[in-house]
Amino acid sequence: MRINMVEAINSALVQEMERDKDIVVMGEDVGVDGGVFRVTDGLYSKFGRERVIDTPLSEAGIIGVATGMAALGLRPVPEIQFQGFEYVAYHHFAQHIARLRNRTRGSVTVPMVVRLPYSGGIKALEHHSESLETIYLHVPGLKVVAPSSPSEAKGLLAAALVDPDPVLYFEPKRLYRAFKEEVSEERYEIPIGKANVLKEGNDVTLITWGAYTHVCKDVVPEAEKQGVSIEHIDLRSLSPCDWPAILKSVQKTGRCVVVHEAVKTLGFGAEISARIMEKAFLSLEAPVNRITAWDITIPYPKMEDYYFPDKKRILSGILETARY
Amino acid sequence: MPITKAFEGKIDYVQILDKDGNIDQTLDPKLPDELLDKLYRFMVLARTWDKKCLALQRTGRMYTYAPLEGQEAIIVGAALALNKEDWIFPTYRESFLYHIRGAELWKINLGWMGMEDGLKLDKSMHCFPLAIPIATQFPHSVGAAYALKQKGIKAATLSFGGDGSTSEGDFHDALNFAGVLNTPSVFLVSNNGFAISVPRKWQTKSETIAQKALAYGIKGVQIDGNDVLCVYSTIKRALDMARDGKGQMLIEAVTYRMGPHTTADDPKKYRNEEEVAYWRERDPIKRFQLYLKGRGLWSMEYEQRILEESSKLVEDAVAKSEAYQPDPKEIFRYVFANMTPDLEEQMQQCFEKK
Repeated sequence: MRINMVEAINSALVQEMERDKDIVVMGEDVGVDGGVFRVTDGLYSKFGRERVIDTPLSEAGIIGVATGMAALGLRPVPEIQFQGFEYVAYHHFAQHIARLRNRTRGSVTVPMVVRLPYSGGIKALEHHSESLETIYLHVPGLKVVAPSSPSEAKGLLAAALVDPDPVLYFEPKRLYRAFKEEVSEERYEIPIGKANVLKEGNDVTLITWGAYTHVCKDVVPEAEKQGVSIEHIDLRSLSPCDWPAILKSVQKTGRCVVVHEAVKTLGFGAEISARIMEKAFLSLEAPVNRITAWDITIPYPKMEDYYFPDKKRILSGILETARY
Repeated sequence: MPITKAFEGKIDYVQILDKDGNIDQTLDPKLPDELLDKLYRFMVLARTWDKKCLALQRTGRMYTYAPLEGQEAIIVGAALALNKEDWIFPTYRESFLYHIRGAELWKINLGWMGMEDGLKLDKSMHCFPLAIPIATQFPHSVGAAYALKQKGIKAATLSFGGDGSTSEGDFHDALNFAGVLNTPSVFLVSNNGFAISVPRKWQTKSETIAQKALAYGIKGVQIDGNDVLCVYSTIKRALDMARDGKGQMLIEAVTYRMGPHTTADDPKKYRNEEEVAYWRERDPIKRFQLYLKGRGLWSMEYEQRILEESSKLVEDAVAKSEAYQPDPKEIFRYVFANMTPDLEEQMQQCFEKK
């Protein structure tokens, strides 16, 4: 079937909820309304109020309650309507969800899949365009994945919903309806922790995930037209991160560009750069180049295009690294 | 248009056993002798264990410890009011109740001696690991109660907190979600007068904590938290109600922490001797002892015997927990279900011979 990412996540949720009756979808407006992005459309009428819960308007309550559900054997899929609203629930992630397995030496675990619509570029209001992956990566015990296409969205969600650990599932809003692609109707999983080499190449390793994998797909042919062979890696999973895949590629190309839409300082690009320094220093022909948002507050929609890395900036960054 | 009443509420205060051990005949829950004996023994054991923990901490054999003295009636009354299928969500103040739910004392010691193994609880105990952050256990308990209901298990959850915890958003979220989702939830707030040093009156302008329940459409009651008969019977009634799908309850148990918040503070700095003496007269164990004596269930020989038994249990537990050696590699093993290659490498670096 040829579908967009919203449809892919929706159909995957239906398929998974039919497979496992312990899966419970919950959040603000996820039921009757089908979610503000319509990702959970139709689930309420199909599975009922007990499994598709329109919760009170409280992110802390949603995540706190989901924690208890998961501990007792349900598999909650809480939605945080916009990732920028999540700060008030962060303590449940850092203080409990991430560490319950450890602090009970495995006797209490909380497998759940938290859906976090993230990323900007859709001209949304303030607090609606955040990319906060790093704040979760800083807490041991959380898995973080970010699909970059409808088929990846389905496979990663299926894998997350059988994973024994809590998974934060980053949905790139700007890709929700950006394009359609062929997605299998059969159930399949994309393993968490494995990167996908989208395209092999020899000159520059280009590392992306989520929304920017798609943005960069358009840049790659342009760079190649100018004689730069790109190896494009879509991380898919940021925690655990597929370090061997990154290192293997950089050892081959000697050059690396990381693109993300989070701010530069302590964005995941910083960690990637540091790991490459530690493990592939002698292979490097150029410094690792981070093409990111600026270290400023995300501008209101009128000027947000100055903030996010655009194709022009990415292309010139790649060329600069290639010719260093 | 005449003004009409949009809402009206009231909060009861309940005490069954007064400070001198006299029972209110009309409220007497008429518990069997065997249960009265059990309540008393566990309270004595709790105090014996607590004193030992304090002594261990003072002599460097235990890390920071949160004493329970004065709150024995709440911990023991609550633990014995639960059914086996019910789930408990305690805080650091109630770790003793793990023992009543089946954990050996030496295992509880491990937590206070700085080892995660202290919270490796047998699943059949239906106990959540004690919460150190304030109030987070309340919403967790609501989710657990939802899971019980969803799975068709006739059981309820009981979550604990202190007066200070009612200032946290999580407390209010939990009460609100419990009401809206109609979960089998009971919330127990031990109002022991202080959140570390800050007195109850500086936490909230409300006359009672129990009345906060009314704002969320659930029941609330204030009880004498040093009266074990009242604690036991109130919680039991609330749990029965919750299991039967008849609603949620917030119980405010008024009590007093006789010792410090933890071994890291000095209560002399924030409260006076007269207040402590006032509460010493309302001691939960002393008044229950007087009651049992009046019923012919207590004697000096009985007291001597259970003190000796408690002491032996506690000493044996200390010896066992002090002999315990955790495997340091455990600190890496439970980050995820399966260790990542990256963590494997870091673990090797951590333990490689220098």
